[in-house]
Amino acid sequence: MTRTSSSLRRGAAEGDRPRDPARRSRRRPRRPWSQSLTPWLFLLVPLALLATFSYVPIINMVVYSFTDWDGVSPGYTFTGLENYAEILTRPELFKVFVASAYYLGASVVQIVLALYFATVLSFSTRFRNLFKGILFFPYLINGVAIGFVFLYFFQEGGTFDTVLRLFGIGGEHLWLGDPDLVNFSLAGVSVWRYLGLNFVLFLGAIQSIAPELYEAAELDGASRWQQFRFVIAPSLRPIIGLTAILAISGSLSVFEIPYIMTGGAGASETFVIQTIKLAFRFNKTGLASAAAVVLLVIILLVAWAQRRLVPEERVTPS
Amino acid sequence: MTAVRARVASALKYLSLIVASVVVLLPLGVMLLTSLKTSGELATGSGPLTPPDDWLNLANYVTAFDKGRMAQAAFNTFVILVVSIAGTVFVGSAAAYAIDRFAFRLKKLVVALFLFATLVPSITTQVTTFQVVDRLGLFNTRLAPIMLYLGTDIVAIYIFLQFIRSIPVSVDEAARLDGASSFAVYWRIILPLLKPAIATVVIVKGIAVYNDFYIPFLYMPDQDLGTISTSLFRFKGPFGAHWENISAGAILVIIPTLVVFLLLQRFIYNGLTRGAAK
Repeated sequence: MTRTSSSLRRGAAEGDRPRDPARRSRRRPRRPWSQSLTPWLFLLVPLALLATFSYVPIINMVVYSFTDWDGVSPGYTFTGLENYAEILTRPELFKVFVASAYYLGASVVQIVLALYFATVLSFSTRFRNLFKGILFFPYLINGVAIGFVFLYFFQEGGTFDTVLRLFGIGGEHLWLGDPDLVNFSLAGVSVWRYLGLNFVLFLGAIQSIAPELYEAAELDGASRWQQFRFVIAPSLRPIIGLTAILAISGSLSVFEIPYIMTGGAGASETFVIQTIKLAFRFNKTGLASAAAVVLLVIILLVAWAQRRLVPEERVTPS
Repeated sequence: MTAVRARVASALKYLSLIVASVVVLLPLGVMLLTSLKTSGELATGSGPLTPPDDWLNLANYVTAFDKGRMAQAAFNTFVILVVSIAGTVFVGSAAAYAIDRFAFRLKKLVVALFLFATLVPSITTQVTTFQVVDRLGLFNTRLAPIMLYLGTDIVAIYIFLQFIRSIPVSVDEAARLDGASSFAVYWRIILPLLKPAIATVVIVKGIAVYNDFYIPFLYMPDQDLGTISTSLFRFKGPFGAHWENISAGAILVIIPTLVVFLLLQRFIYNGLTRGAAK
């Protein structure tokens, strides 16, 4: 519904656009200076909020990263690059990235599954809307509730072990206690939780493909796979690019599920949990800030690389 | 030959959909079963997949609701939800209106500032954001999450911006010829025309705020200020391994989401697609 109405308006707007800049420049000389204040009145609150809650923290974070501040004392001393040197030289601070690798691997599984289900459910399928709803619903569920659901699910001799036994895989596993298993379990929860979002985004993109394209492909005798390969996949490229960068930055900044389920203990500790512990439990604000700066730089690099690799294309014309 | 292949393909398709549905529903279904069992049933080793003795045993829900202070949590969440959503709509649409409808100096810089902020995951700056919130005296008040949800929602500005672009400028100008001020144009013309975008923002923001755990956890440790998420998280302590109560609490938190989802399905899908594709 929203789509059609906005496309109607878009049509009207496009008619107006070309004349628009000319009109503005014609008006500008006549505008009294008090009028040039008007946009700033509208921007006052948004910019104040942006500065207070985005830019002040970012700037402070960079400043603290060069200090030994503990977060409570009134003063601190500048220590230069010491914090950064500590992060790079203490291997135990780096091992948290091992956990990220599991989540990254899980994102690949997640994207592939989402693509498969989005493609399948774009074509006529019985109970299509029911399946769509079931696959998507976990994304809407409260993270703490999900944490509890899976804490119970993964208990020794709990649901998961019981189900495995039905398939002849016996034994009780410490799904959340065994360092070799815990990240698989947690990454699995993450796939369960976020698959639906990817799926719905892909579904939206597939449905915005003109139906004539499929008809033409079908007339040419293209198989389902060929249709996917040559009609669907190319038009999904931008949204897959977006999903990929979200997957990478998401895998690096995992926090909620491991924190709720295991308290971030042992092998399940992630970068963000470590940073938060450094800052709020060990009062190492300076070191925590440096860690956060490192993470931020990595994420900005990923975003930049993604822009270079997948040039901006419009997902849906807007 | 091809008919057989098509049949097999179709069977595999339905099989995969059914398996996926079971994977999604099984953990939730088990939680529901557990929430209906008595502690005695759980203690005597009733398996996770066995049905409860009494399907109408709601005692755990009463316990979870009372002892988990869910009424207070629902109230706090509701206040934060309403204020931050309303605020996001006004702040975001005002910013988008100014950026799209006026030519002014430094406009490019303003847009760049908003754009860059979207790239910074808010979780990385939380350590220093905490200092700012603390110094403003907002720590342990409902205003802390409200201001953070307002101040860090740049996606809303983009959704509004995209939509305002599609409203013809001639509409504004006609109103101006009738003597309307900029504020009147924004209030009487732009805002009402933005309704579809507002619906999107309300949905995306509503889901995010209702489910957010981290911000209330960090900024409102006070028991009385618990939200749905943080109050549920506290179940870990007093209820320990009382899974019948914890399950009931989790199901209580999921039910409103399920109801809203069933009522607004189509709008939620559209809202998220628009929100993410910016």
